[in-house]
Amino acid sequence: MAYVTKSPWVIHYDGSSCNGCDIEVLACLTPMYDVERFGIINTGNPKHADVFLVTGSVNEQNIPVIKQIYEQMPEPKVVVAVGICATSGGVFKDCYNTMGGIDTVIPVDVYVPGCAARPEAIIDGVVKGLGVLGEKKAGNYKAAVVQADEEEVEVQSFGETTDDTAVATDKEEV
Amino acid sequence: MAKRTIIPFGPQHPVLPEPVHLDLVMEDETVVEAIPSIGYIHRGLEKLVEKNEWPEMVYVIERICGICSFGHGWGYCKSVEGNLGIEVPKRAEYLRTIWHELSRCHSHLLWLGLLADAFGFESLFMHCWRIRETILDIFEDTTGGRVIFSVCKVGGVRKDISNEKLAEIAKILEGIKKETAEICDVFIEDGSVKSRLVGIGTLSYDEAVELGAVGPMGRASGVAQDIRTDGHGAYSELESFAPVVETAGDSYARCLVRIGELKQSMEIIIEAIEKIPDGELEVVIKGKNPEGNFVARLEQPRGEAYYYSKGNGSKFLERIRVRTPTNANIPALVKTLQGCDLADVPILILTIDPCISCTER
Repeated sequence: MAYVTKSPWVIHYDGSSCNGCDIEVLACLTPMYDVERFGIINTGNPKHADVFLVTGSVNEQNIPVIKQIYEQMPEPKVVVAVGICATSGGVFKDCYNTMGGIDTVIPVDVYVPGCAARPEAIIDGVVKGLGVLGEKKAGNYKAAVVQADEEEVEVQSFGETTDDTAVATDKEEV
Repeated sequence: MAKRTIIPFGPQHPVLPEPVHLDLVMEDETVVEAIPSIGYIHRGLEKLVEKNEWPEMVYVIERICGICSFGHGWGYCKSVEGNLGIEVPKRAEYLRTIWHELSRCHSHLLWLGLLADAFGFESLFMHCWRIRETILDIFEDTTGGRVIFSVCKVGGVRKDISNEKLAEIAKILEGIKKETAEICDVFIEDGSVKSRLVGIGTLSYDEAVELGAVGPMGRASGVAQDIRTDGHGAYSELESFAPVVETAGDSYARCLVRIGELKQSMEIIIEAIEKIPDGELEVVIKGKNPEGNFVARLEQPRGEAYYYSKGNGSKFLERIRVRTPTNANIPALVKTLQGCDLADVPILILTIDPCISCTER
């Protein structure tokens, strides 16, 4: 965690999740897990945010909302897909109104699978995202972001790598 | 007449973790009309019944909502059990009741926290969620999951709770009771809390009946309706309890109803733990498929929920239909928003305890 020298602010949007991951995102902020002690604040304003936590999959109606929030966030920014629905559509993959994971709309940096994703996994995902944020700030990461529009997101893990399989930074591992 | 402006509220808003959109027609600072538009979370999961066999469908139904997940699973199971014409063993019914009431406790604590957050009482929010974590620990201990348990199945339950563990849960609940009493006093007596809640968004008895308000929203306006009193599950064997009813119909009354239910739920769990019989956990269903129609009703933390299933004798149900409480409460919400101040809008939206995931499925 040596690279966490700033206090990143997160913004959360519920794509079309079942609430399970949303309340776990909120649980991260409350006394049991308490990420606020590291200066991580859940903000409602996209222009204040560094990390975008998206839960749930995308559908026709929320695509513009997700895109708007993403575009309003200042660079550098990191997108963390929380839960299996945000990763691939999960149990709702076959639903007629579900178009798949968040990466069909915006480039995703970290995937946190799980149904519902546990607060520990979400915090781990955000911390991994901070590594990506640091790299993006240093300018080492631009290529991957540009590529994201044309082909599948290829993301390497930065910072310390552990054997923890709860959070995969590469989509292939998910 | 003052000039009218329209202020969009949501779908991304700091107060609500879920997306709901309202167009607020304003005259100066007063809301004249609120036009809700929903559909941001619609997934269409009722249709999945055509792709999942009926015993597996319970996993999908549980994911209608992550807060009252257990209740949805139970409602679906009840409905299919009705179609199959089977009786669930007593111990399973008691365990289901215990988990369901624990879900109600965690849901109401969650709501109290969000309400405190909405009127800017951050420390109260933190305390509510701190206590809630104790209940989530019980869930994790007994089912393995924090929010989605997958412990209910058609014909019974998947896991048992040993009698020693149940006694332990009763002891933990005694502790939680003391802690909640402290924070509930703040909600009931604190002047700054009262100034934000008393007299805000009043819904009269007649309006509540006319608009079909259910659950705590209706009960705060004097509609004494609680599906638990019908005596399904283990409720029929527990000491009869009256619905928690308030008559003022304002936001404060809705808060009081939920506080009352929180305390009542803990009493129900403790009583159920005392009375739980030993026995089988499930009925084995072999070579039988649901046929016919059946409707099951449940009292979810947010109000009455309704589960319909239609079987055709095959492994796939023909149709399921769920009606959730938030859907029924939206007309009442729109009514209470008329004439309120813009600053009170977040609180009024919260007081119906909206669960948009349930509503849109």
